[in-house]
Amino acid sequence: MVWQVLEGLSRESAKRLRFVPGIVCIDEGAACGLSPEARAKALAEMKLILQTVGFPWHVVALEEVFDLPPSVLRCFAQEPVGTEGAYKAAVDSFLQQQHVLGAEGAGDSPSLAQGEEQLSWPCTQDPQNPQSPDRPPTAAQTEALSRLFDSVKTLTAKEELLQALRTHLILHVARTHGYSKVMTGDSCTRLAIKLMTSLALGRGAFLAWDTGFSDERHGDVVVVRPMREHTLKEVAFYNHLFAVPSVFTPALDTKAPEKASIHRLMEAFMLRLQDQFPSTVSTVYRTSEKLVKAPRDGCAAGPPGPRCLLCMCALDIDTAAPLYLQTVPRLLGLRLPCICPRRSPPPHRPLHPAVLQGWGGCRAAVGGPGPARALLSQGGPPSPRHRAAVLRLPCEHEGLALPGPPAALHLGRGPAPQPEGLHRAADPGVPG
Amino acid sequence: MAAPLSVEVEFGGGAELLFDGVKKHQVTLPGQEEPWDIRNLLVWIKKNLLKERPELFIQGDSVRPGILVLINDADWELLGELDYQLQDQDSILFISTLHGG
Repeated sequence: MVWQVLEGLSRESAKRLRFVPGIVCIDEGAACGLSPEARAKALAEMKLILQTVGFPWHVVALEEVFDLPPSVLRCFAQEPVGTEGAYKAAVDSFLQQQHVLGAEGAGDSPSLAQGEEQLSWPCTQDPQNPQSPDRPPTAAQTEALSRLFDSVKTLTAKEELLQALRTHLILHVARTHGYSKVMTGDSCTRLAIKLMTSLALGRGAFLAWDTGFSDERHGDVVVVRPMREHTLKEVAFYNHLFAVPSVFTPALDTKAPEKASIHRLMEAFMLRLQDQFPSTVSTVYRTSEKLVKAPRDGCAAGPPGPRCLLCMCALDIDTAAPLYLQTVPRLLGLRLPCICPRRSPPPHRPLHPAVLQGWGGCRAAVGGPGPARALLSQGGPPSPRHRAAVLRLPCEHEGLALPGPPAALHLGRGPAPQPEGLHRAADPGVPG
Repeated sequence: MAAPLSVEVEFGGGAELLFDGVKKHQVTLPGQEEPWDIRNLLVWIKKNLLKERPELFIQGDSVRPGILVLINDADWELLGELDYQLQDQDSILFISTLHGG
């Protein structure tokens, strides 16, 4: 994707892209259990490529998620500060910069297979000094991150947690540096797999945000997926034929057996189906295009409802649903031992101590401090929503045993187009 | 009787993890009765090059779905997949597009 943007920004292309990109790369070595030497080596390779690309780049370690301010978990409605009137200035300065770059010669601009890219409309832009300060994470932070990931029992939950933390980190970097859009390199195949995995994990209500082209749930920063029409095969061929350099780093599920997590299982399933019915991925993709981001019935006019703490989606719950209230306490009862770290925390910790302990004042975001037990016993309207924040976290297989009822619940309550879309999406065996 | 063949086998996209991290292998296939095709090559790779976890690379007769095979920079589907007869100095590239290796 970075390579394609480079091509689009070059002076020779017919319709030049008009934005100023930066690149952010997240070092997830701690979560994957890599040794510091392996991480340093991968980072060095990455930096080499980043430097030759020429865009401003930022490398952040996943450990920095512990230092995130609570504002990351809030949805801002307005644009980032300082963007009014800056567009023209940014385009002008960008054109000048391209002039300078063009004079130096295009050269062999490599690309990045794993990084993600940002669109920027900043007021001040400093292309001459693209490097961000290099602060390696402390051993204590790495240790805390390892403990966090170890406390999560299943690989599925680890992957979901990693995705949530990664999103928050990218959001924070985008907000800090004034980027208004984040482009990710999700391909058609990846998104089709993600769609099916989300269905299995009970996130059917948020498919449109998770797999659509643009994702505005964070308010000021929009996540776009420009590569969603290209299959992985096309991307791989492109990379090979155009000699796009890439860095490969082991991920959380490298060399994991097929049934290790829902993500892996779904990937194997989709790819195997694709082998026999070559239109599988494109069918799922076209179905995902039809998903509409309509608000729930009766919610359109009212104030925006509460949001999930981790994925920032508006909660899709009905406080009157009896099935929900029956199953959530059971979930909570089973979930607390897994979420809490081994050394049992003092009783007045908030509900997700392992996840929230680094996030200073975010208890306010949950809706007021209070012991976990108090949250459990509260009967008022706020508490089901807090519990729903737990429900959205697909950790244990007990939670995964539920996907049947919640998904069915959403089908019954959602707006008309969705049930058909979801039904079709749930039936990939129909070719073309 | 097929003469010994010299081919270059390359791995990318993470598949090299299963081969000790070595991306390019210049191999000389020994002469044998039947001509060499991709099917035999895969068996040979499994026996000689694959260092661990064969199920992550080979599934049954063929490669695992999700692993692309390029023969001389062309998709193997255009050349007959498993039945393509290997020539001397061919270049076979296996790219893994899977998340987990």
